[in-house]
Amino acid sequence: MAETKTKSKKKSTKKVDVFKEHGVSPELALDMIRNMLLYRRFEEKVEEAYAIGKIGGFCHLHIGQEGACVGSIKPLRDDDYVMSAYREHTQAIAKGVEPNAVMAELYGRADGASGGKGGSMHIFNAATRFMGGHGIVGGQVPLATGIAWKIKYRKEDSVVIVYMGDAAVNQGGFHEALNMAAVWELPAIYVVENNGYGMGTAFSRVSKTDMASKAVPHGIPSSSVDGQDVLATYAHFRDLAEEVRGGGGPRFVDLKTYRFRGHSMSDPVSGTYRPTAEVEKKKEENDPITILRDHLFAAGHMDQEGLEAMDAEARQISQGAADFAEASPLPDPSQLYANVWAEINANGRLFFDGRGEE
Amino acid sequence: MATKVYMEALSPTMEEGQLVQWLKAEGDEIRNGDVIAEIETDKATMELIARGDGILRKIFLDAGGVAEVGAVIGVIAPADEDTSGIQGASGSASPAAEASAEPAVAAPAPAAAPVAPAATPAPPAQEAVAPVATSGRVKASPLAKRLAEEMGVDIARVSGSGPGGRIVKRDVEAAKSSGIAAPVAAPATWASDGVEFEDIPVSQMRKTIAKRLVTSIGPVPTFYLTMDIDMGRVMEARKSINGMLEKDGMKISINDIVLKATAAALRQHPNCNAQWHDGFIRRYNSVHLAVAVAIEDGLITPVVRNAHAKGLVQISTEVRELAGRAREKKLQAEEYTGSTFSISNLGMFGIHEFTAIINPPEAGILAVGGIEDTPVVVDGQVMVRPRMRITMSCDHRVIDGAQGSRFLQTLKGMLEEPTAILL
Amino acid sequence: MAILTYRDALNEALREEMVRDPDVFMMGEEVAQYDGAYKVSKGLLEEFGDMRMVDSPISELGFTGLCVGAAMAGLRPVVEFMTFNFAFLAIDQVINSAAKMHYMSEGQFPMPLVFRGPTGAALQLSAQHSQACETYYSHAPGCKVVTPATPADAKGLLKASIRDEDPVAFMEGELLYNLKGEVPEDDDFIIPLGVADLKHEGGDVSIITHGKMVHVALQAAGNLEKDGIHADVLDLRTIRPLDMDAILATVAKTNRVVYLEEGWPYAGTGAQIVSMIQEEAFDHLDAPILRVTQADIPMPYAKNLENLAKPNADRVVAACLKVLYR
Repeated sequence: MAETKTKSKKKSTKKVDVFKEHGVSPELALDMIRNMLLYRRFEEKVEEAYAIGKIGGFCHLHIGQEGACVGSIKPLRDDDYVMSAYREHTQAIAKGVEPNAVMAELYGRADGASGGKGGSMHIFNAATRFMGGHGIVGGQVPLATGIAWKIKYRKEDSVVIVYMGDAAVNQGGFHEALNMAAVWELPAIYVVENNGYGMGTAFSRVSKTDMASKAVPHGIPSSSVDGQDVLATYAHFRDLAEEVRGGGGPRFVDLKTYRFRGHSMSDPVSGTYRPTAEVEKKKEENDPITILRDHLFAAGHMDQEGLEAMDAEARQISQGAADFAEASPLPDPSQLYANVWAEINANGRLFFDGRGEE
Repeated sequence: MATKVYMEALSPTMEEGQLVQWLKAEGDEIRNGDVIAEIETDKATMELIARGDGILRKIFLDAGGVAEVGAVIGVIAPADEDTSGIQGASGSASPAAEASAEPAVAAPAPAAAPVAPAATPAPPAQEAVAPVATSGRVKASPLAKRLAEEMGVDIARVSGSGPGGRIVKRDVEAAKSSGIAAPVAAPATWASDGVEFEDIPVSQMRKTIAKRLVTSIGPVPTFYLTMDIDMGRVMEARKSINGMLEKDGMKISINDIVLKATAAALRQHPNCNAQWHDGFIRRYNSVHLAVAVAIEDGLITPVVRNAHAKGLVQISTEVRELAGRAREKKLQAEEYTGSTFSISNLGMFGIHEFTAIINPPEAGILAVGGIEDTPVVVDGQVMVRPRMRITMSCDHRVIDGAQGSRFLQTLKGMLEEPTAILL
Repeated sequence: MAILTYRDALNEALREEMVRDPDVFMMGEEVAQYDGAYKVSKGLLEEFGDMRMVDSPISELGFTGLCVGAAMAGLRPVVEFMTFNFAFLAIDQVINSAAKMHYMSEGQFPMPLVFRGPTGAALQLSAQHSQACETYYSHAPGCKVVTPATPADAKGLLKASIRDEDPVAFMEGELLYNLKGEVPEDDDFIIPLGVADLKHEGGDVSIITHGKMVHVALQAAGNLEKDGIHADVLDLRTIRPLDMDAILATVAKTNRVVYLEEGWPYAGTGAQIVSMIQEEAFDHLDAPILRVTQADIPMPYAKNLENLAKPNADRVVAACLKVLYR
């Protein structure tokens, strides 16, 4: 496999300690690569499971975007909130949802994070404040703004990070939400995982202005960061979260990244709207795992053996999640009508198909 | 550790794929993530990537070959591993995949199916008629039907005041208070035990009816003639005749008179008393009248032979006797075959008018409706007269419009002035 | 009993619930400083401050989504749509987020929020401002729909809706805000969801209806009385959950039904009620069930045309006579 076998090409000529530069300890950096490897192997296992029919429906993989994920979530506190769109399996894990529960949800089993009721696009975990998992492009942006409203309302000091794809910034709701966040100075960080393509459409074809400028008309400070460089991303979000937490109002981040797979499992990796050469080049030169690996190797914080051991563990956890999911039962049919309503009123009929009544 | 290469579902709706070409050959070194083949799916040509490291040891599907999703089409393994145990499983999903290749959630147990279609109701077999053509459907509101049943009112005898003659609650209540309380036929029941339907085997009789009448409507070019008859004189005649018969304990019916008049009229119009055969028309000189009788599960048409030559009392007696034996299914074959013309009367069901289906090979059939008091114009004055509507179905191969009409004119004349039957 | 306008009854309900539960807040256009476009929220900004009475930008999709998100995080928002005509802009968040969240998350995120505002026609507001919007919300499982017709119902049901753990579309009416009526003076006057109310009694025909049409039905019932015909007028009050028992009781009593609504006929609320009655009370029906609805057209502006389009007491009476076979 490319990530662990290729000989490190980078030879650092300057004696710059990237870890010190970004304020990341070696232990933390090792933790980061461990996480990224897990997310990579997990998503590959998801891909395989989908391909042989265990996972159905829509499935959007995060492969290639692990650095963006780790770098932005790692600086958060447990009581911060994370909300995302539908490419969220690894973000859920990063926020603390068990890989077993995520995989079981993808398999549509009773032990899934949403009891098998949600699927790939609707992974929820209230306990870890992972707020889903939303299927309508841009729909999560106003929702997250409401979470930020609650934080301000209750005078708390958490922050909420909401992820969206590059195409979402053209939705009306995005602009409405950012405007309100700015007017009311809400503690929200709006993060575009900018991989350059909204499904099959390059961002440049649907926008006259560049990404970082999208929040400027709303008066929200914007920044850009290379999501494939997990150390830089981490540092950036660590500082940003503190700014927001301290009452600095909302922020907008153009988090540049790249996906190594198609938009979803129905979309080819390359050859239609992305030239194969482009994808291959990115995989070769812009893989967040290999980039960090090279830094770690160069600084002597890790060696090949250590990397492979970590990778084996990642594969093991991923396989374990697949086994767990496979063994988990399908949701009981008696649950079909469960949880449509949070309150079954004492009077009146709530279901109208003659089957929903208890 | 060997990695099986599967035919993967590269689109959500894909069930099988065609291998366009391998991009690696047996013996090539493979890294996890390499594109190793191109697969044509139901949507597009997609890339197949390797999920393990090693050498591509074996290819099980050649370029151009087709395999089902889940089939093993290759093996990647280290050079020194024994892969002889791995077979290309063309067409079958891997054992692990099979379980979840099925659609996920089992359908929840349905609630008991609420209703089942009714068992066919037994028709009220009161008089010698049966539905041959149009079914005698009673138009009534659900409430009216239920109330009729509860009150013991025969809904078929209730006349409806709602739109289109719909019987509604007030009509049933009025009928109850004016005493139309004939026993009601066994009502349709909804089975409530969760059975969705019941199959009732077709009896021989029903098969025969179906077969014969299908051959009638199909190839027979049929046209219909309708006439209204003033039945005042017939009703007087019946009263008078029944007065004469009282001492013998006998009674004739309106229908008996209609039969007698029909036979007499047919005598004068033999081309209506005919049969269509392959290549010839058989015109009969005698009138053998088939009278439709409703029996359990269907109908039968006993024949009054030589009706033209029989008196009213004899016709009446014969019809009653034949109908009785018909209901008991005790008719001999020669008693229900050989008719030259048929007649069917649904008047006692409240039927105003209907069209009957010709009994092949006969050329005609008369459908008789009920007698109803009807406002009519006589000499410029509106009067209420007892009127009856008859409809004749004619096989155009044998009977022309004018011929059928003339027959009906004669019949009308006889019914409106019964002494004409004596001529 | 106090005599209050419908508007003041709503105001009282909001105030009482905001006092009772600090998590209740209201957001919408002009609700705070302007006291509300229809003055429903008069005085509430002064009492509760600008974190609890929030003037939003004209961003229906945005602020509705924001309130849904706030509900996810544990608050109890009341979203005002200046009218439900504008709520179409926000319907993605109501249906795709609010109505489905509890189910998709297997119960982890209840959505205790209320979407309220006037629905239906007023006077010559033309096509885009006259729509009756109940069915868009009652169609989706996960959303409750409440349509109070009187001040007492408005107060009791709004309090119940705010306390309900599910999203509630609470539909008022511009022409109702000035309506006066008796309102009980209990400390905590609540009308539970799912209970219909018989507002007029009679055994000859059932007029079933909801919302401001209740008053048209009562007018029709009055007219029918003059001809010696006595009608039940059943005000559903809640469309979902639906008081089917009350519906079945009135059908069994009179055997003939007219459904009256101000919405359009195709798949309107009446269509649903008719379907259920014929399924569950078939043997009680002496006549087909008729509906009186708005004409199947966008609402015209001209006064005479608008009157022709809207349901009125005469049309209700005509329908009643028809099902009575008179």
